[in-house]
Amino acid sequence: MKSTAAERVRAAEPGMLVLLCLAAWAVPGAGHLWMGRRQKGLIFLLALPAMFVAGLLLKGRIFPFDWSEPLVGLAAVANFGAGAPWLLARMVDAGAGTVTASSYEYGNCFLIVAGLLNFLVILDAFDIGMGRK
Amino acid sequence: MTSHLLLLVLFAFFVSLVFSVLLRDEPRAQLRTGAMMFGGFLAAALVLGWLMYPLPL
Repeated sequence: MKSTAAERVRAAEPGMLVLLCLAAWAVPGAGHLWMGRRQKGLIFLLALPAMFVAGLLLKGRIFPFDWSEPLVGLAAVANFGAGAPWLLARMVDAGAGTVTASSYEYGNCFLIVAGLLNFLVILDAFDIGMGRK
Repeated sequence: MTSHLLLLVLFAFFVSLVFSVLLRDEPRAQLRTGAMMFGGFLAAALVLGWLMYPLPL
């Protein structure tokens, strides 16, 4: 189900767009659900947190915002993109990472890509809110 | 879980799922794009893996 013209106009107001993007960041897929794209929203809601959790189970690391090492800082920005799963993992001190684990790099890859994909999902929700899609 | 192939398949599945849903609106088109992307990921990884097999020479 796609959003109606009235919903699109309402969402295109700057305040609503900010809220839309914040919701889309906090809960992957929430932006699409808000705009009435139920099928897409549900798939993002399931796939992105599952990917993030897989990264944690593979003993990946949630990187700190340490800009003395630029790649670590950039990885932290990518992790941050996952939204609520990132926040919850930080709150329970998950994602310490086990460097000696054979799946460590895979875990990092899953965690980073889950966050980056959510950034794309946020941009897509923004485009829908703007009425471009 | 240390099977590299299984992890590759899992990663390819998630990425192709999200990209196909992002890029296409119709379920049939999503399925086709997703399947092509998934197959492409696997084929590229296997071909590159075998090409790199003799390295370092």
